[in-house]
Amino acid sequence: MTVLEVKNLNVAFHTESGRLEALKQVSFSVPANRSVGVVGESGCGKSTLINAILGLLADNGEITSGEIIFEGDQDLARLGPTAMRGLRGQSIATVFQDPMGALNPVLSVGRQMRDIQYRSGLSKRDKDARSVAMLRKVRIPDPESRLTQFPHEFSGGMKQRIAIAMALMMEPALLIADEPTTALDATLEVATIELLKDLQRDIGCSVLFISHHLGVIAELCDEMIVMYAGEVVESGTTREIFHDARHPYTQKLLACDPARLSQRVARLPTIAGTLPDLRRRPSGCVFQPRCDRADAQCLTTPPNAPIGGSHIAHCWHADVSLGAMSA
Amino acid sequence: MMWRTVRRIMREPLGAIGLTLVTVVVLSAVFASALTSYAPSKISPAERFAPPSLLHLLGTDHLGRDLLTRVLYGGRVALLIALGATAVSLVVGVVLGLIAGYGPRWLDNVLLLIFDAVKSFPTVMLALTLVTLFGPSLYAVVLVVMLVNVPGYARIIRTQTLVLKSAEHVMAARSMGASAGRILRVHILPNIIGPILILISMDIPVVVAIEAGMSFLGLGVRPPTPSWGAILNDGFANIRDSYWIVIAGGLPIVLTTLGFTFFGETLRDLFDPRLKGRS
Ligand SMILES: Nc1ncnc2c1ncn2[C@@H]1O[C@H](COP(=O)(O)OP(=O)(O)OP(=O)(O)O)[C@@H](O)[C@H]1O
Ligand SMILES: [Mg+2]
Repeated sequence: MTVLEVKNLNVAFHTESGRLEALKQVSFSVPANRSVGVVGESGCGKSTLINAILGLLADNGEITSGEIIFEGDQDLARLGPTAMRGLRGQSIATVFQDPMGALNPVLSVGRQMRDIQYRSGLSKRDKDARSVAMLRKVRIPDPESRLTQFPHEFSGGMKQRIAIAMALMMEPALLIADEPTTALDATLEVATIELLKDLQRDIGCSVLFISHHLGVIAELCDEMIVMYAGEVVESGTTREIFHDARHPYTQKLLACDPARLSQRVARLPTIAGTLPDLRRRPSGCVFQPRCDRADAQCLTTPPNAPIGGSHIAHCWHADVSLGAMSA
Repeated sequence: MMWRTVRRIMREPLGAIGLTLVTVVVLSAVFASALTSYAPSKISPAERFAPPSLLHLLGTDHLGRDLLTRVLYGGRVALLIALGATAVSLVVGVVLGLIAGYGPRWLDNVLLLIFDAVKSFPTVMLALTLVTLFGPSLYAVVLVVMLVNVPGYARIIRTQTLVLKSAEHVMAARSMGASAGRILRVHILPNIIGPILILISMDIPVVVAIEAGMSFLGLGVRPPTPSWGAILNDGFANIRDSYWIVIAGGLPIVLTTLGFTFFGETLRDLFDPRLKGRS
């Protein structure tokens, strides 16, 4: 079964300097019990994608076309605000990047965890008991006595685990995580990923995981999509993409990943050029202005070239495999 | 927490002066009846215009009323009006500010326009207009204070709301299905209480001055209710031969205003440097 299916999603922001197409023809799906990673550099539209799914786009943003099918029957792109709010925190939960800011500084952790359960109809005691159980699951030591403490009394890693506990409290079908480990140091990052994996297995939910850290995606996700300038340029299983990336952007992204460099280098390689201005998208392929392989054909919209299995690259030259990469 | 705050305030010279003055003013208003044996409105023609003496520490006025007594009870009136009017302005300001900051864009624009329009009205003209409409009374004072304070409060609350609206924990709460009312009540309001309290302590002297000013002009509380502004006015009428009345009326206004201003500014500098420079 598919928990989330995004079809041809287009999102635009209305700005003072014109219309900005933040997402263009985005399609992908998140199967039940699977983790799907989303990678892409800053500004490529990862947060916009999440906000569109959650119905939390900024006032100047708008879903111009497309569908966001949740659990097979609800189109979130057309769901009213009240129904949408009913799903948030219940069926779809979210964890954000900044563990420092994710909790309300003036309320105790116990109070915030109780608040999340306001739709459960449980008594205060039962709610607290569930909070304690959940905190234990995310490995907060001595959870009973910590319920009365305030966010500033916890370390960054603990705060992030509490945020995860709160998100999973109502056993959602889909957990969305927007760079939940970026603000943590490397050891904590690994621990948090492990924890997320365990919890996902435990609860049996799907995860949509946003990161610009490829190693994290490789570790946690079954499938992944690569975004560039608001478009999905490549998608497939994590294995397919890491071993046989076909889109030039993905190949460059992998080449730039410090963890995959075979030798020590003085300067980390970067992708030349910058993201295009989304108010004036280049015609044809969006990546063509930065691409070494670009030719006349690339000035027309590229096809979604099937590579095999679920693997797709949105490119005219998807036949060029980078053998050296897999070494 | 409380004692640490007090100690930090007392370490600043201005804070120490402010806190001491505020304490003296508040205590003398609260315990007015214990501090004097005279009744505030008791007229005794035999003692008219008595200069300061052991019997009447601040002298008496043109009706022979003990001025110290009237100053103490006048302090009660001034503080009650200051606290009451500030509280009412605060409630209105918070509600409007939250609506402007969290509501739709057009409503924000309409409210901002109203705030600016009200704010641009000079206080004296506002006071005169309202008194012409409703007659001099306590309510006129409260209404003037409200109209003067609400736009400022609402603007600050609006700005803070706008900032918090995109704060991570508010986004998190929204993404977890909290309603707008819940977000405002639980996630935004408690986080702006601090700056609000500082604003209040800085605005109390303004309200004290408005009340005194209106009573001075005969637009405020009605006699025989004691009021510092009214005493000051009596004093000016008799300044040639009874200088002490002006002192009795003026000194508490000056001390209260200074006390609360120093106290408020110290609080602000200690806890919310962001508000610095706001006059
Ligand atoms: N409210 C808005 N109004 C106008 N433009 C916006 C708005 N929100 C986002 N954008 C634009 O949409 C594009 C995508 O932004 P988004 O925040 O989704 O990127 P991101 O991939 O999440 O980046 P990051 O990795 O830095 O979080 C950017 O060009 C951004 O400037
Ligand atoms: Mg983002």
